[in-house]
Formats: sequence, C-alpha cells, structure tokens
Amino acid sequence: MSSTTHTSTIGAIGAPSRRNTELALLVFAVVIPCFAYANVGLAMTGEMPTGMLGYGVGLGLLAAVGHLVVRKFAPYADPLLLPLATLLNGLGLVLIWRLDQSERLQQLQKNAFGAFNPAAPNQLMYSALGIALFVAVMLVMKDHRILQRFTYISMVVALMLLLLPLVPGLGTDQFGAKIWIRIGGFSIQPGEFAKIVIAVFFAGYLMVKRDALALASRRFLGLYLPRGRDLGPILVIWAMSLLILVFENDLGTSLLFFGMFVIMLYVATERTSWIVIGLGMSVAGAVAVATFASHVQARVDAWLDPFGCYATSGACEQIGQSIMAFGSGGVLGTGLGQGHSDLIGFAANADFIFATIGEELGLAGVMAFLLLYALLIERGVRTALAARDPFGKLFAVGLSGAFALQIFVVAGGVMGLIPLTGMTMPFLAAGGSSVIANWALVGLLIRISDTARRPAPAPAPNPDAEMTQVVRP
Amino acid sequence: MNKPLRRIAIFCGLLMLALLLRDNWLQYVSADELRTHEKNRRVLIERYAQKRGDIIVGEKPITGSAPTKGSDFAYKRTYKNGEMWSPVTGFASQAFGATQIESLEDEILTGNDDRLFFRRTLDMITGKKQGGGNVVTTLNGRAQKAAFEGLGSKKGAVAAIDPSTGAILALASTPSYDPSEFAGNSEDDSKAWQRLEKDPDKPMLNRALRETYPPGSTFKVVTAAAALEHGLYDDPDEETDSPLPWTMPNTNTELKNEGPIPCKDATLREALRVSCNTVFGKIGSDLGKDKMLETSQKFGFNKEQFIPVRSSASTFPTEMDKPQTALSSIGQFETATTPLQMAMVASAVANDGTLMEPYMIDNLQAPNLDVIEKHDPKKMSEPLSKANAQKLQEMMETVVQQGTGSNARIPGVTVGGKTGTAQHGVDNSENPYAWFISYAKNPDGGSPVAVAVVVEDSDADRGDISGGGLAAPIAKNVMKAVIDSKK
Repeated sequence: MSSTTHTSTIGAIGAPSRRNTELALLVFAVVIPCFAYANVGLAMTGEMPTGMLGYGVGLGLLAAVGHLVVRKFAPYADPLLLPLATLLNGLGLVLIWRLDQSERLQQLQKNAFGAFNPAAPNQLMYSALGIALFVAVMLVMKDHRILQRFTYISMVVALMLLLLPLVPGLGTDQFGAKIWIRIGGFSIQPGEFAKIVIAVFFAGYLMVKRDALALASRRFLGLYLPRGRDLGPILVIWAMSLLILVFENDLGTSLLFFGMFVIMLYVATERTSWIVIGLGMSVAGAVAVATFASHVQARVDAWLDPFGCYATSGACEQIGQSIMAFGSGGVLGTGLGQGHSDLIGFAANADFIFATIGEELGLAGVMAFLLLYALLIERGVRTALAARDPFGKLFAVGLSGAFALQIFVVAGGVMGLIPLTGMTMPFLAAGGSSVIANWALVGLLIRISDTARRPAPAPAPNPDAEMTQVVRP
Repeated sequence: MNKPLRRIAIFCGLLMLALLLRDNWLQYVSADELRTHEKNRRVLIERYAQKRGDIIVGEKPITGSAPTKGSDFAYKRTYKNGEMWSPVTGFASQAFGATQIESLEDEILTGNDDRLFFRRTLDMITGKKQGGGNVVTTLNGRAQKAAFEGLGSKKGAVAAIDPSTGAILALASTPSYDPSEFAGNSEDDSKAWQRLEKDPDKPMLNRALRETYPPGSTFKVVTAAAALEHGLYDDPDEETDSPLPWTMPNTNTELKNEGPIPCKDATLREALRVSCNTVFGKIGSDLGKDKMLETSQKFGFNKEQFIPVRSSASTFPTEMDKPQTALSSIGQFETATTPLQMAMVASAVANDGTLMEPYMIDNLQAPNLDVIEKHDPKKMSEPLSKANAQKLQEMMETVVQQGTGSNARIPGVTVGGKTGTAQHGVDNSENPYAWFISYAKNPDGGSPVAVAVVVEDSDADRGDISGGGLAAPIAKNVMKAVIDSKK
C-alpha cells in the first residue's frame, strides 16, 4: 500500500512548500503592527512614536529569522502558523506599549513598586527569546517523534514544573494565585511550560495504552465504559488538577490540563464515554472546590453579578471594569490609544489585555482577533489530521486543544462568559513565560506539520489502517 | 484517529463561536447599558474632558471651568459665589457626581446632547475641539442676592416666582455650601465633602425645594381661597359664622388663637389680617376634607414639581377626621410644604387665579450660543377664579397695609402677603418656623414677583419669632430687587 492512497487529509505528493506564501503573509504580519503602532502614537500624542523604528525593525528581524529557519529546516511546514503567531505577537507588543503610555497605570505601578518599568521593551526581549526557542526547536529536533523517548521523563518534569510554585521561598503569591516562581528578579510561570511538556507525556502514554483503553470495555447504558483499572490514569490526572486548583488557586491551569488530557484520551481511544466521564469529573471537581476554596468562590460570585459586589470585592471590580471596557468600545471601538481600558488597573496589559482590544478596536477588532486565534487552532488541528504517526497526531491535537481551551478560558473570563481564571492571552499578554512557551508551541506544531506535509516519506506502517483501509481491486 | 480529530476541531470551533456570541452580546446588545453604567468612570472622564458649558444668570455665567493637573479629568468645575447659587446649580464634582441642573443638563453642558450631533460632527471634521453648551436660567441676580443676604446666618429658604410665567427668580437656601470646594477629586475635596456631609446643619440640603415645613398661618390663604371658591363665603367683608371660643367638632378641645384677637364672627378680611385660627379652622371643618383637598391640590400640593430640578411633594393630608381637617386648614397637623409650594400659592393669587408651571431654565444654548430649546410658559391649573383671586388679593393687601405683614410694605408699590408662625417639636418645644408669603403688583396691573420666605430658627428670642418680624423684611427686599431690576 502506498502512502499516497490511504488518506485524503495528507497533502498530495509534491505539494508546493508554500514558503513564499508564508513570506508574503509575514510581510503583512509585520506591517500591520507597524501601522497600529503609528496609530497609537498619532492618537495619543499627535506625532509618530519615537520607538517606531526600533519595534518595527525588531519585529521584522524576528519574523525574518523565523522565516529563514523554517525555510531551511522545515520547508514543508504549514505556511499560516508563523505569520499568525508573528501578527499576534506584534499586535500584542503594540497594545502593551500603548498601555505603557497610560499615566494611570504608571502611577499605579509607582505607588505599588516605587518605580515604573515599561513592559514593552521587556516584551520585545521575551519575544526574541521566544523566537530563539522556536529556532532551537527547529534546529535540535529534526523529527518530533524523538520526543516519544522522553514520555516518562516528561511526566516527571511536568510535575516538577507544576509543583515549583509551591516550594517555599521560590514560589510567590500574586493576586491570589500561586503560579509564579521568582528566580533572580525574574518571575516565571512554570505552568506555561508544563503545558507543553505534559502534552509530550500524554501523547506518548496514550499512544502506547490506547488499545487497552479503547477496547477493553463494558457496554452500559449505550456507553462503552472502561474497565476499573483503566480508569487509573484519568483519576490520577484528575486528582492532580484538583490539587493544582486547591493549592495554587489556579482554576485555569487545572482546567487546561484536565481538558487537554480528556481531549487526547478521546482522540486516542475514539470512545465518547471518556468525554462523558471527563466532563462529569471536571464538573464534580469544580463544584466541590468552588464550595470550599474562598478564592474560587469570590471569582464565581464576581462572574455571577460583577456589579452587585463591585464596591466590596476586588475580583468583582476587575471583572466589572473589564466588561465596561468592552461595552464602552461598542461596535467599532474608540480607536487605538483613545480608550480607558487602563481603568482595570493591575494586569491590564496581561490577563486583561483583551479588554483593551475590546474597547479600542471594538466588536470588529475582537472578532478579528478571535478569528486569528481560531485560524491558528484550525491549522493546529489540521496538522494533527495530516500527521502520519499517532504520536504526532496526539501531540498536535493536544497542543492545539490546550491552546483553544486557554483562549476560551481567558477571553471567556475577561468577557464574563465564565468565571475569571488567572491565565494569559497567548502572544498578546505581557509576560515572558507565556510568550516564550507559546513560541515553542508554534515551533512544535510547525515541526509536526513539516513532517506531515513532507513529500515522499519513508513508507511507514499505517497506524490508522483499520479506519482508512481501501478495498483494492 | 481522524474521526475524533474532526470532532475536536468542531469542538474548538464551538468554543470560539461561544466567545464570538458573548462578544456580540457585550459589545452590541448591552453596549449602551455598559457605556453609561453608573460605575463606568468613562462617563465622568467624558464629562470633564473639555471645558464644561456654563450656567447663566442674566447673561453672566455663574460657573466656570479650570484646567486640572495630575488627574484623568482635564477640567474641573468652578463656581462664582457658589454658596449663593448652589441651590440653583447643584454641583458637578469629579469625585462625588453631579446634582440638579449640573446633572439634568449634563448632556448639553458636556456637548454630548443628541441635538448637538451635527455641530459636533462638523467640529470633528474641521478639527475644532468639542465644546459644551450653556444653560440659561430664569433667575434674577439681584433678587437672589437679596434673598441670600437677607437670610444671612439664619437657617431658612426663599423661593421667588414671576407669577405671570412661572419663572423662578430667586431660590436661596441657608446655610449653604460652595460646590467649588469639592469639585475636584483631591484629598482636600474629599475632606470638604465629608465635612459638609457631617454638618448637623445640613448645608447641602436644598431647603427651598427639598425640605417641607409646616406652613402655619400662611396656609390660611389656601383655606380662604377654598372658602371663596366653594361658595362658603362670597364677600371678604361679610361676617363669618365663627363662634369664640370654638370647640373642634367631635372633641372637647378648644382651638386657640394667638392672644386676645377679635375673631368672633370676624369677616374673612379681618380674620386673615389678624390671623384667626378659629375662623379658618372652622372654615376647613365646614368645607370638609374633600373640598380642602381639591383646592390645595390645584395649588400643587401632594405632587412633586419638576422645575426641572425635582422639588419634594408638599403634603396636605388625604386621610383626616373633622378636627384634623380644622388643624390642617390652619397649616398644622400633617400639612407640610416646601417654600417653592408656598411661593406658587402666592403667585397663583397674584396672577388672578392662574397658576403657571414653575421653571428655572429659560433656554439651552449650543456652544455657538444658538438657542436649541426654549421654555414656553405653561398653565398648570386654575385654583380660583379671577374674581375670587382679586378678592383674596384685597385681603392679602390689607394684611400688609394694616395687619401682621406691615414689615413688607414698599413705598409706592402695592404688596399683598400673609405671615405665618408654625409651631414644631414635641409640645412646640423648638423654635417655631417664621413664614412670609407675598407678592408685589405692577402699577398697571399684573404682578412681577411672588415670594415665599421661611426662617427655621434663629438666635432671636422665641417671642420675637414671627413671620412678620423675621421673614417679611427678607420678602420685601427680594420683591424690591425684582422691581428695581425692571426699572
């Protein structure tokens, strides 16, 4: 059986590499943030911002390096992933710079820390580090299947990363959640990296165990229920995410890990029962914790009625301010630099950066951003579809699914759709860990998509044979 | 593995769809509600983003705007002679919101009014900064000054109306406050606000509009109007059926007069001149609750007035027995009125029985001073006929010429009025309220001004407090100021 016939989702043999498409899109991804940057400057001070050249050239260089590395080391990669990430990162830089100009936020920071440090230069530096990690992924990892070897090591590393914020002296408690560690003046959110590392473990583990999990089952009420002993892994992961929730007060990360595991479990086993079990467990866990943990409870109250407790609770005020920022933007927004989303105060340029888009770019802008994210996720899932090996499929869908969940949890939180959780908007929010980890994530997706779309791969045993077998004449 | 993958793709799509729907809900469906939410500071930021329009009295602004530093508000409100004018303007404070005209006409003052939309768009295209429109009031600067200075350090209020139109000419309340003191949002502003809030004398209470006092004998004007209008008596000089002493129906309680005054079977004119409780108490009791209620409500009782600033409803009780009706008819029991209401009573009598709707905003101006809305005087009701009104005018003029209101006489001008001294406190233990309501007449008919004055308490001896002694001179000065300003 030749590899060209067994599935329609794999790019045809001899498919164009699409590197020139990527380059053209990258030009837009650099030029659009430059325009946005000029727009902010003109709106706020009436003149072109002085740092324009620096940021424009900086972003352009990063994009150029990214492109050249992809062209050289992953020539058949999906052409949309890099431009999308660059555009989001560039616009994130503009938004962060715009919030740096806010006198209210400057004053707030001076009152809290004694001095004001603009976040945009740091963010540009982190973006450079992110691209560096992206390049490292391209150079070091010629094939994503290498990662299979590190399945159990990944588990240990991910657990360590998750537990680091709980280590006394290392972890810091900021705004109620213990998800940071502090090393030599730098705040790091290990959870952002753990997200990727644990996807390696899930993919490797499920690839090996999927048959047992899928086939050994009993039918009950129309559902194929797994055997008791096969419930072990999901119970462990569930318990772990509950522990994160309880000890680190971090609803977002907890939801992210559990959701990612359920998604990957479902894809690996094709058993709907896992989704039902997973949903049931997460609801039970969330309700149980929400009744006991005051921090989570406050968030839920703030979500239910932000204006009812506006004056008394910081959580309510934050979410109320965020919703009002969205509402004040209306359909077309106030224009960059002309809104008052800085009223949100702390984390206006991090967790709440989406509110600035809401106010200044309006409904139109927010929908555009959501569609950019949706496109990125879609390319990720498409990569999973195109991947030829089960590990690559699981890994890619795990990364994309986690990315989608993160967008939903953060954007849904700041828009009052679900209770707010302390997570960052990928690529947009100020914060080194987030931007670096997400560049690594995009790098991995690009690597998988390059392997998937590469023409004439060595004939490999088809893991999907049972599904895609073609009756030959 | 591809089937579940496609389902996961759909799931991710649904997540994004949920976000898109929620965003449409936030930014389209409930956008207006959130944009103008009371907790949305953007409303305030906008209010103070440019120079605020002014509130104008007699072509001179009584407000201003000053640029501020170190705040997200570009300008703050300033007031000229704020203590005198605050009962008119209300305040516009960055920290504490806005009241009265400052709040009601906020859209005009900030320039955000829909009627200014075209000009605003034009300004935007030509690059001109948005400006605020002006609010032109009906007030008379000299009358306001006379009222404010007349009250001086005493607690009280003055309301003066032009009876022919209903235009408010003076609206003073003391002790007052200067809204400039807390117009900003600094710590000093906060301190000033707290001091005013805690002040037991309640300087931020607009006594002319929002405080109701027992009207005492001034209410006898309403009772006299009811007697004439319902045909109980036709002639001011006909003897009334008034025994002395008079025991209130269904009780053993005698209604007392203030001292040995000639009230037995006194004529209406005489009874009003010396202020007989027995005569008017019996009239109220004879007419009955419903007729008294009908007349008093025609004068505006039991209803809030919007001038357009809200004025509290004055009360004439709706549930009473006969003795309570008698007491209510001499301004006791539960009868309580705002100074504005009593000025309306005087103005209806002075305007030959027609009560005009009181108002204090003459017109609204666009930033380029074009008039975009002008108030047309409106008739509110006709509490009494022209003939009866003129009879009542004669009686009130007698009160000033020969009776308790002699302190309100103005040489060369016909003045009608009525004094009142309202008891209050348990067993009348506190200082009574001194009332005076009056109007002046033009030489050629019609009346330029009707006024009501109340003085709450005073350092003066209890015995000296009487409408004629404390309140009438203030009313006189206010009327004189209006007449002089028309010369």
